Amino acid sequence: MTLNHTLNKLEQKFGDQMLHVSHFRGDCKIICPLSHIIQLLMFLKDDCDFDMLVDITAVDYMEYPNARDRFGVIYALASTNTNVRLYVKVYVNEPNLALPSATSLWQGANWLEREVYDMFGIRFEGHPDLRRILLPEEFVAFPLRKDYPIRGRGERHNFPVLTRAES
Amino acid sequence: MPLELAEPIASKSDEKEYVWSLNFGPQHPATHTTLRIILKIDGERVVDAIPDIGFLHSGFEKLGEHLDYNQYVTITDRMNYISPLTNNIAWHHAVEKLLDIDVPPRCKYIRTILAELSRISDHLLCAGTAALDLGAFTAFLYAFHQREVLYDIFELVCGARFTTSYTRVGGLMYDVDGRFVQKVREFAQGFLKAHADVTTLLNRNRIFVDRTKGIGVLSNEDAINWSCSGPVARASGVTRDLRKDEPYLAYSDFDFKVCCCTDGDCYARYLVRMAEMLESLKIVQQAIENLPSGPINVDVGDRQVLPDKTGVYQTIEGLIQHFEVFMSNRGFPTPTDECYGAIDGPNGELGFYLVGDGSNVAYRARCRPPSYIHFAVFPMLIRGHQLSDVVAVLGSLNIIAAELDR
Repeated sequence: MTLNHTLNKLEQKFGDQMLHVSHFRGDCKIICPLSHIIQLLMFLKDDCDFDMLVDITAVDYMEYPNARDRFGVIYALASTNTNVRLYVKVYVNEPNLALPSATSLWQGANWLEREVYDMFGIRFEGHPDLRRILLPEEFVAFPLRKDYPIRGRGERHNFPVLTRAES
Repeated sequence: MPLELAEPIASKSDEKEYVWSLNFGPQHPATHTTLRIILKIDGERVVDAIPDIGFLHSGFEKLGEHLDYNQYVTITDRMNYISPLTNNIAWHHAVEKLLDIDVPPRCKYIRTILAELSRISDHLLCAGTAALDLGAFTAFLYAFHQREVLYDIFELVCGARFTTSYTRVGGLMYDVDGRFVQKVREFAQGFLKAHADVTTLLNRNRIFVDRTKGIGVLSNEDAINWSCSGPVARASGVTRDLRKDEPYLAYSDFDFKVCCCTDGDCYARYLVRMAEMLESLKIVQQAIENLPSGPINVDVGDRQVLPDKTGVYQTIEGLIQHFEVFMSNRGFPTPTDECYGAIDGPNGELGFYLVGDGSNVAYRARCRPPSYIHFAVFPMLIRGHQLSDVVAVLGSLNIIAAELDR
């Protein structure tokens, strides 16, 4: 199934108003409203042959030129049969930084969503084990947000010191 | 996660079976680097494994938002440090996609040769240490001797053995010369012999086969569902290889095969890596004999590439260009858009999701690390196997903690 075929199917299913399709350097990106993200991912996986979730990542658009939304979450999909790639983007804004988890569709989403949560504080509803993964559990900030300074907020100096007797 | 004894779990009979927690790592010779796994074991059998990672997290993606497109290549060296050149190439492959730069043919060929030599280097380490962890010391030494030869080649090319930082936006740091061609030809001869030695030592080695065959089986569906790529996925019968499927650099010019197995166990992953090395060598040999002449960088007039040092010191255009790129208020313009560029690294798909904001510093530099994605599969692979199989599975996945944690 070619990319055009997929886009036609999406238009039939979701209508041409809901999804915003753009192309850049050969990458096709679909911007989807938050309410339909799982429905769209499920349709892409089951009916359009996008069987592989390549990556999930997020971008904090706080300082981005002409940006209206705070965070964008990007799902990179690929088909192992036709080698077509597709990028699905959804915007989330404060105060409700949450979107449905894709772990029911792809097991690989598990750690990828945990990393997004760890770095940006975006929660994934329905995730089986949404804990911090790279940073320690005591950490309170979300370091890949743009308002977090590159040298940190002194967390390294304030970590609880564990003595040998207490351990 | 605090280390504690697990709750006793009730078995089918009235007797209670006790499951113990065992702390594997963070400092264990077989983890190779710092990663921790909390194993729930019942006798020698692993009931569950809970990975605890992040010991080497150093904020590489945050740094990517503060270093410009040329500077960040030094950070990529430190991701998968077993094959730093591949990371350099992957990074600038993505940057050049964002900037829409098409590098000259000679640059493409040199990058292809070095990417494949790095793949050989990475697979040699993986096959060698996987054998070492299972007690086969000699194969490890043969593999590491060849890595030493490769390091000599990398040193000749860019002056560094380990932290290569060889690529630049729109080109390379230095051109290669006849000595490089000579060294690669010599390597090709010596490598075939070493490869045959390792094959002879391991492929039908009773202990090695017993310890790897049927251990850590990853099915085809699971490999796709868990986003696996590279040799791990190909050992499970996923035929995806970006070199064939989305030919980048000069791969479409060469004749090579994609190596796959269907078993999906540790032995299959070892076999795929061994076979891939021979295919990589074929690519290297074809590329080195057909190395095109011409420039290695895009034209200086495009104002994006760093001029070579001779140009900087001896011509006014080079000097101006040098300052244009380096001065903090100049740089080169980038599009205000985002794209994902990926190459097929030795461990799997290594990609960067780049967001440009018009300046020459990335607004967001996301790395898609294959080790991170493969390590997520580890608990599933080890469940039900013996404690001693942990090192076999870890070795076959080739987890590099610096890439895992970034």
